[in-house]
Amino acid sequence: MKYAIIAGALMLAVTGCTTTASTAPQPLVLVTHDSFALSEGILDTFTEQTGIPVTVQSAGDAGQLVNTLVLTKDSPLGDVVFGIDNTFASRAVENGVLADYASKDLTSAEDQYLLPAGQGREQLTPIDNGDVCVNVDHEWFAEKGIPEPVTLDDLIKPEYKDLFVTEAANSSSPGLAFLLATIAAFGENGWQEYWTKLMANGVKIDAGWSDAYYVDFSGPSSEGDRPIVVSYASSPPFEVAEGATVAPTGALLDTCFRQTEYAGVIAGTKNEAGAQQLVDFLLSTTVQNDIPESMYVYPVNSKATLPESFVKFAKIAPDPFVVSPADIDKNRETWLAEWAAIAQP
Amino acid sequence: MANASTAVRTPPSIVIATVLGVGVPVAFLAVFFAWPVAAMIGRGVAPEGILDLGGFGEVFSRPRTIRLLGLTLGQAALASVLCVLLGLPVAHVLYRLQFRGRALLRALVLLPFVLPTVVVGVAFRTLLRGTPLDGTFVAIMLALVFFNVAVVVRTVGSAWEGLDPRQEDAARVLGASPARVFLTITLPRLGPSIAAAASIVFLFCATAFGVVLVLGGTQFGTIETEIYLLTTQFLDLRAASVLSVTQLVIVVALLAVVGRVRGSTQRRVAIARRPRRSDAPALVAASLITAALAVPVLALVERSLRTSDGYGFTNFALLAGTGSRNALVVPVWVALGNSLTIAVQATVIAVTIGLVASLVLSRSPRSPTARRALGVFDGALLLPLGVSAVTVGFGFLITLNQPPFDLRSSPILIPIAQALVALPLVVRTVLPVLRSIDPRLRESAAVLGASPWRVLRDVDLSVVARPVLAASGFAFAVALGEFGATSFLSRPDRPTLPVVIYRLIGLPGGDNFGMAIAASVVLAAVTVAVIALVERLRVDTVGAF
Repeated sequence: MKYAIIAGALMLAVTGCTTTASTAPQPLVLVTHDSFALSEGILDTFTEQTGIPVTVQSAGDAGQLVNTLVLTKDSPLGDVVFGIDNTFASRAVENGVLADYASKDLTSAEDQYLLPAGQGREQLTPIDNGDVCVNVDHEWFAEKGIPEPVTLDDLIKPEYKDLFVTEAANSSSPGLAFLLATIAAFGENGWQEYWTKLMANGVKIDAGWSDAYYVDFSGPSSEGDRPIVVSYASSPPFEVAEGATVAPTGALLDTCFRQTEYAGVIAGTKNEAGAQQLVDFLLSTTVQNDIPESMYVYPVNSKATLPESFVKFAKIAPDPFVVSPADIDKNRETWLAEWAAIAQP
Repeated sequence: MANASTAVRTPPSIVIATVLGVGVPVAFLAVFFAWPVAAMIGRGVAPEGILDLGGFGEVFSRPRTIRLLGLTLGQAALASVLCVLLGLPVAHVLYRLQFRGRALLRALVLLPFVLPTVVVGVAFRTLLRGTPLDGTFVAIMLALVFFNVAVVVRTVGSAWEGLDPRQEDAARVLGASPARVFLTITLPRLGPSIAAAASIVFLFCATAFGVVLVLGGTQFGTIETEIYLLTTQFLDLRAASVLSVTQLVIVVALLAVVGRVRGSTQRRVAIARRPRRSDAPALVAASLITAALAVPVLALVERSLRTSDGYGFTNFALLAGTGSRNALVVPVWVALGNSLTIAVQATVIAVTIGLVASLVLSRSPRSPTARRALGVFDGALLLPLGVSAVTVGFGFLITLNQPPFDLRSSPILIPIAQALVALPLVVRTVLPVLRSIDPRLRESAAVLGASPWRVLRDVDLSVVARPVLAASGFAFAVALGEFGATSFLSRPDRPTLPVVIYRLIGLPGGDNFGMAIAASVVLAAVTVAVIALVERLRVDTVGAF
């Protein structure tokens, strides 16, 4: 008998955690990627305003996030998704994992971030954006007396041989963004030649961002000896020592690809109205003001205020390279295979 | 047919216990491993419910697949051999000899196991950068050995600890050289535990992911990195399923081979002795190997103390808050608390299920069918090590969504996922020891009138107490350092320490990098402290025989 009781207790232990005895409103589940962060108390503001608590559920990195939504379409993980970017937007839209809703609070100031009609404009609300750009170590170039590179074309010149490190496009999100920048710059049939020249010029390709930035880049907080790295436009502010007035590194604004992150209502939510309110809340200045210092990206809301470090040291590319989400989705596999053939022989 | 030959009738309580002993581990694996993996593979090979095996021909006609398969097997086999060669002298010194600081050293050897791959990758690359080894196959080997040598030291060490030394002593007295004693007497008796350790290392290396990517400079892939790419980048479930099935086939083949190496040895709870002259080669080798293991760790400690103006504890001080510029959601000590709680839960699950399973597996039933069934059960326990974390992780999400297993957002899923990885380590540490108990000992106890429960308590459990402690420490370390499943399932407001470290090292700036390294040092220090403490709980083995 003892064993039957133990078995019973085990079953209870397994199932017990799932029973929720509550009369409070069902919490909204916000499904997001593992880089999601907001300052403490921000989501509580939403609960104070609406009476609905919010639970955050992580679903791996940005790529895993969309695939998770696709795989769990029949039994959604949550009510709202945040963190689908323009490189994965088409997959989410085409697989029908999102309900039609774009925030009613969007104004014409945010038009530049909207996806094309029929490719996500109706389902996804832009929340933040960040530019992936080539970064340079100002101090290194000043010391050597070599002029800094400015454009993508400069990177294949002999004076920058063996100085550039980037991330693999098939294992790193900034790596993919940089590949897309070169595709936009040199065209669908020209980028292969550019990459062949990059390889000949001694570009180093690391698996991930941490590896490229902290091991091979020569910046002040890094260990390496290569003064050119693919990182974010928002990276330089974080290299500024306390009290300093000049950033020791900088982003090359003619080499950038813009990543925009979106939020949307997950199809099949049981609380559509609440989910829509949460999307609106993510676009409100309460969240938008917090985004730069919490997630190191720019808010899309034109009324949001930027922190001082962003105003002083971070720059935005005036005219970043663009590849449409539909093109990315259609060609991702071909491009990555072609890229691997050139860059990972 | 059994009725006539059964001398002692099995009491019903033992029958129930056996059924439960088999049932609980099998149910655990069925629900949390077999079902999710089968569901994921099903999505790939039968997307519309109709079986389509065309993917196999297509995937295997790609030259890339064959190359990755070769790399996976070659790298795992080589790393297993190296780990055994390097692990044996360390196991001898740490488990057969008695000296001050032994508990601490045993804990230190486990360190690499808990350090986040990305941190070790950065540490290794920082050390290797500028040398011809950077980005080579040798670099991957070094890292794989660094991570896995602890498996050999612990698994073989706990078997070695209990090996009756009288045979060796006799041979020595009769004039055999130390090498001869080792090769002809000790090594054969360690066979089963070496096979167990090597197969675990093989599986860990065959599914190694981050370390291969970071150190190989992405030109060396494995089946595991390919599954990750296919699943998370391309959502090509068809090809991913083919590779998942391939992984399973490799694991099952490996287990079939390893299953043949089995032996039973007399054992006695040995008293560790002081080192003597003949231990010199082992001592030298063990010192060199532990010193080599310490290099990347010391490099991390050095980096954690570096500040913008010299050395100091700034990085550690930053960990007390949420970091400069709000890098963290919670202070590191909160994340550490989360980690410890989850790791304890995972350890309890893994050790409970692992011990029960080992007790059942250590019996050799008379019927060949039952013996064969136990063999399959034995192998099944190792399977979770050989299957991609991505497949299991996504599998959780598409299966555990219905009552009574509506667990996708339940906090219990994280310790369960960690326990899946720790379970094989527990079984492989405990089972060889249980198997080495002379069955005649149990029989004579029974003949002398001891009830089956008394036999279990006084014979099995008393012998196994130490290995269970060792396994607990091991399981705990594995759970503490686990990141793959945790990142998949975690709640961002309740991050574990490895999750926090990954976040920090993914952000630019000297403070964030310094904090990431400092947090890794904290994780390592806490692990060493906890394991050293467990080692100190010297359970006095009741009734040494």
